[in-house]
Amino acid sequence: MKRSSIVILSAVVVLFLVSWILKGASFSGDDNPYLRGFLTTAAAFLTLAVFSFLYQDNPFYKFAEHLFVGVSAAYWMVLGFWQTLVRNLIPRLSSDLAAWFETPSKDISLWYIIPVIFGLLLLMRLSKSAGWISRWPLALIIGYTAGINFVGYMRSDFVNQIAATFVPLLVNWQGTGAFFSDFSLAIDGQFVMMLSNWVIFVGVMCGLIYFFFSKEHTGLFGSASRVGIWILMITFGASFGYTVMGRISLLVGRLTFLFRDWLELIG
Amino acid sequence: MKRQVPLFITFFVGTLLIVSVFSPPIETLGEDFSVFFDIIAVFAFFLGGGNLLRVHLTKISRRKHDWAYSIVTLVGFVVMLWAGLFKVWNEGGIAASVTAEESLFGMIFNSVLIPLQSTMYSLLAFFIASASYRAFRAKNREATILLVAAFIILLGRTAFGTMLTAWMPSSLSAMEIPNLAIWIMNSPNLAGQRAILIGIGLGVVSMSLRIILGVERTYLGDDGK
Repeated sequence: MKRSSIVILSAVVVLFLVSWILKGASFSGDDNPYLRGFLTTAAAFLTLAVFSFLYQDNPFYKFAEHLFVGVSAAYWMVLGFWQTLVRNLIPRLSSDLAAWFETPSKDISLWYIIPVIFGLLLLMRLSKSAGWISRWPLALIIGYTAGINFVGYMRSDFVNQIAATFVPLLVNWQGTGAFFSDFSLAIDGQFVMMLSNWVIFVGVMCGLIYFFFSKEHTGLFGSASRVGIWILMITFGASFGYTVMGRISLLVGRLTFLFRDWLELIG
Repeated sequence: MKRQVPLFITFFVGTLLIVSVFSPPIETLGEDFSVFFDIIAVFAFFLGGGNLLRVHLTKISRRKHDWAYSIVTLVGFVVMLWAGLFKVWNEGGIAASVTAEESLFGMIFNSVLIPLQSTMYSLLAFFIASASYRAFRAKNREATILLVAAFIILLGRTAFGTMLTAWMPSSLSAMEIPNLAIWIMNSPNLAGQRAILIGIGLGVVSMSLRIILGVERTYLGDDGK
């Protein structure tokens, strides 16, 4: 280890200890002030460790990254154990075991031994010689996903989306005269509502035409395809803007934690 | 055994679930299978945990590059697992929620996992901004449309966007930037999303059929050939 690394590490450890003591003192009214101080300090230092990646890859980031992997793997295992095995499986297999886990019992059904057997077969993946048996539970998972998605996607992503596209193109229509006399660009006005429906109907059709590659995109078909590209570009732009705003709100959340909950610089 | 049994299981389960939708006596089969699926998924988590242990223990024992960080992973994994499975410091005992705030599991979740997770995701804000600065050029009409749509959505969700067009009369309210952002999300964006969704729907249906009928076998690995 280089001397500069030792100095930086020592400085971080000292800062951590100082922050722990000061935060602990600020929570003096609580039952466990120093435990709370430790947790807040740990959260702040881990946040800063991840942000340090903005400078370059460094040991603090690697520490945070490796800790994240270990903790999150255990988190999902624990959640799976208590919420699925204890709540959904054990009460269906044994009322005595359900009583021991103090979980409400359900109708006993030995059919539920099947996923347990398949689950245990899945663990055979860890063995080199018998690893091929893990394809059986994998096949069950794939078959379930294919069967459920076949109907689910047909309904939600195909039939329902097409049905929702056929919207009235004339909204609250009371004649041309009334339309022009009440014309406005108000968000809840007749023109904007009609425009929305036209954009949805024409946009979906043109978007689908763009994805139809069995005919050459020339002439009227090509023009419709070009409109489809524009609609898709708006979609990608909107999705990008939406994603950026989501990430920025997370960033604001972390900065709020650092400056309000940890450093107490803002109210 | 290596190839035919998995293909038969996939075909049987997939067909059964499709038939169950059209057969009232077995229409709850989908729900039962979803519980089966969840239970097998838990074993998949255990498999993941076992694999994590194996990989990092191997890395430590062979003193591979950055092996010391594997100790951090293993310590985090073992402590979180111990805290969760034994419900350490959980005042409600075995019947209490595993994620109770006062428990060690809840504390690690709130003070380690949540900060790490949200900071990792918030890092993307910087990378997206830097990537968009390099990539976004209004070189042609399509790129300009994308840029303008993104800009309006971003502006429409800020106080500055609201302030810019607050002077507009109510008869032009659709032109106010926040309303324009909402309109873009609800109309052209919806149309584009829907065109993509219909394509995805068709793709998923055809891929599901290929899998059920055994045409698609890549999930079997090398033995699927």
